[in-house]
Amino acid sequence: MKLRVNGQDMQLDVDPEMPLLWALRDELGVTGPKYGCGIAQCGACTVHVDGLAVRSCQMNVGSMEDGADVTTIEGLGQPGALHAVQEAWIEHQVAQCGYCQSGQIMQAANLLDLNDDPDDATIDAVMSANLCRCGTYPRIRAAIKTAAQKLREA
Amino acid sequence: MGAVKTIARRSFLIGSAAIMGGVAFGTYMAARPIANPLEDGLAEGEAAFNPYVKISSDGITLITPRADKGQGSYSIQAHLIAEELDIDPNSATITPGAPGPAYYNGAVLSEGVPIPAYVETQVAETARAFMAVPAKLFEMQMTGGSSTVPDMFVKLRLAGAVARETLKEAAARQLGVSRSELTTRDGIVVAPDGQELAYTALAAEAAKLEPVVMQEADLRPASEWRILGKPFQRTDIVAKSTGTEVYGIDLQLEGMRYAAICANPGIGGALESYDASAAEGMRGVEKIVEVKAGNAGVAVIATNSWYAFRAVEAIECVWGTPDYPGNSSEHWEALEASIDSEAHFDHRQRNEGDVEVSLASATPFEAEYRAPYLAHAPMEPMNAVVQIGEDRIDIWTGTQIPLFIRNRAAAIAGMDNDAVHVHVLPMGGSFGHRLEMTHIEQAVEIAMAMPGTPVKLTWSREEDMSHDYPRPAALMRGRGVVADGKVDTFDISVCQQGLAGPWMGRLTGLTLGGPDATITTGSWDQPFGIPNYRVTGYRAPDLVPVSSWRSVGASTNGFFHDTFLDELIHEAGADPLEERIRLCIHDESRKVLEAVGELSGWDGADMGEGRGRGVGFCMSFGVPCAEVIEVTQTEAGLRLDKAYVVADVGQALDPVNLEAQLYGGLIFGLAHAINSELTYENYRPAQVNYHAYEGLRLYQTPQIEVKVLENAGRVRGVGEPSLPPAAPALGNAIFAATGQRIREMPFNKFIDFA
Repeated sequence: MKLRVNGQDMQLDVDPEMPLLWALRDELGVTGPKYGCGIAQCGACTVHVDGLAVRSCQMNVGSMEDGADVTTIEGLGQPGALHAVQEAWIEHQVAQCGYCQSGQIMQAANLLDLNDDPDDATIDAVMSANLCRCGTYPRIRAAIKTAAQKLREA
Repeated sequence: MGAVKTIARRSFLIGSAAIMGGVAFGTYMAARPIANPLEDGLAEGEAAFNPYVKISSDGITLITPRADKGQGSYSIQAHLIAEELDIDPNSATITPGAPGPAYYNGAVLSEGVPIPAYVETQVAETARAFMAVPAKLFEMQMTGGSSTVPDMFVKLRLAGAVARETLKEAAARQLGVSRSELTTRDGIVVAPDGQELAYTALAAEAAKLEPVVMQEADLRPASEWRILGKPFQRTDIVAKSTGTEVYGIDLQLEGMRYAAICANPGIGGALESYDASAAEGMRGVEKIVEVKAGNAGVAVIATNSWYAFRAVEAIECVWGTPDYPGNSSEHWEALEASIDSEAHFDHRQRNEGDVEVSLASATPFEAEYRAPYLAHAPMEPMNAVVQIGEDRIDIWTGTQIPLFIRNRAAAIAGMDNDAVHVHVLPMGGSFGHRLEMTHIEQAVEIAMAMPGTPVKLTWSREEDMSHDYPRPAALMRGRGVVADGKVDTFDISVCQQGLAGPWMGRLTGLTLGGPDATITTGSWDQPFGIPNYRVTGYRAPDLVPVSSWRSVGASTNGFFHDTFLDELIHEAGADPLEERIRLCIHDESRKVLEAVGELSGWDGADMGEGRGRGVGFCMSFGVPCAEVIEVTQTEAGLRLDKAYVVADVGQALDPVNLEAQLYGGLIFGLAHAINSELTYENYRPAQVNYHAYEGLRLYQTPQIEVKVLENAGRVRGVGEPSLPPAAPALGNAIFAATGQRIREMPFNKFIDFA
């Protein structure tokens, strides 16, 4: 099958039951999305499929449309060409171990796509499905507000 | 090769332990200098001034040997070197380098000295310094115990200074001027006439010189610092915000295969038999391997981790019984049978006044406390890539104990220690999990089944949580007496199994005798003066194997000691904060308590109907830390509104990351105080993934304010000390708001949280 990953067409020849996460990581070498739990409890594997944040550990590649558009953290922005959410994450120095941050950033970017001025309750509700064990939450809250402002002013 | 030969004679003389060992103790082994490990791999024209700085015409490399689990250790180590070397740390290559004995941790064992951290007498300091000797002899290149900054504070600045002065010496000879006439900035030596010579251009000449000798007194005073103490960007922050940081689990090598394992969920239990026929024909499966090292089990090597996970699930295993009781209730019975029992007495490092007389003369207030087993559960599960060559083994992994891994891998493969090359990669958290190595042992044995091919073993989350060596469960019994509105007698017994000895034994084969300080760390050593004051540790029999969990003994003892103190203060009718301040016998700790009162606007624990605040205090790893938490009882459950953290770290070297560590420790403490426990059923933990082991999520996280004090004389590490006060501060707040005293973690067994 074919997927469009970060703007590039990619061929996959795998078991259709394989979760997108493992197709990305071990077949295509796209390791930004992380494995944390495998049961949609931590959100470290979050990517965008056709513009929506999904848990890639739960989406079997066989269930995806041929040519589906997948964006991972690497496709959101890169050092030197950062997305506003990544800029805010760097300004606030959110990351500690950083392992969950790919998923946090992808979830936050999707939240701001849908709502460019989320209030505290919305941020708490949406982001609570993404687990961080280091406890970076205070700066996640702050960085989302900074990113929202950047996007509104852009 | 002239330069290489010259510097090969150099040895590593920087560092307090070499000097201390020789002068103060005269121990030949401890005094013997350790060769600079960087000298082995030097190219022509490349200079390694010490084990921490390497410069060639291509660039500057800083070696940061303490592992980064997320606490920012690479960054602070680079900042310490760069401060004296005069470079922008972000302009250098930063690498942990190859592990080696030169990188032993001279500070990590000093916590084990039976003198409280607030005592800074000559005897205490000598005893702490002496602990560097065994650390050196046992080649303890170890990251843990909030020791990176205390251990490296002088070492790494000296390393930077030696390199800088040696580069200046090379420039001085080239220019025909004296070294003292030269200055440095941003990787450049500047001559009196303004001429600039880049460090990289001086490397080849500098490599021929003996490194300039520098002393601690030669280091720049804090008033001249340009990096340390200033808000600075973490060296890994861009990579971690763009998905480009390569953790152990992300490493990709040519031809690599992927492995998964199912091991006996009872730790240490045998694999009796197995049937892998259903797995054999599955897509992507290349090999099935029986594993004996680490925890026994069966592994699958496949072309994708998911194929390996799926195949492993299809293997039927018959497990042997491990050597501990199968169910949690039996573990608690073992603790109950051991506490206050003479046969299980381990140590009593605090015994002031006459506790027995006081308890006999009044009706003591009594209470019993419990803290459960806990998994570390870092976001990145355990993993390792191992490649077995004909005469070498390469291991790529995130670890806190690279030399212990090296030695064990060599033993499993039947090679020399020197044949094992450990490449340490950044870690997606650890909290102590990566102080163990069963996954490495398994990975080595698995890779031996496919020589020449790099094989990456990844534990599934379920495998990770069921083979974690947990934080020990602990039981406390307290007795106290109050008189005249004051706490008069405080007597607690704490019981858990031994931690340090069994850990050392399984990792190194060495036997540690004597008492196990971790049983009462965080309660016996608190800076309070109570007329009758006693803390006794009882050692339960070995149950499920346990290990260090962020803040170790203080994670349970902080809860026990401070909550019981809060109970007695309440019995006495005193104000929780004022009475702690009155009892405190240590200036820096008292100032921390006063500051948290000021920061939180403390005017009593009662905040009106359904609201309350609690204070918690613990001094751990030499850092006094006080926290105040405010809560409200709502219809949806108890809500955490605000939290305040104050800690005295001696010297704030990296204020942005320091703040993150302090609130991170608080959140980690709350996560487990509220929501998490491991219980055992049929020898295995009942909680094996995050749905059953929640941690804290954003919606439960209070607003947090952090304040750092710098009154204490010495620099301290901050990865752990803000954790122990979190549970007592919350429990004390719940009591203030609701009248309900919770004496067992996790609290959600007793009260609903919003």
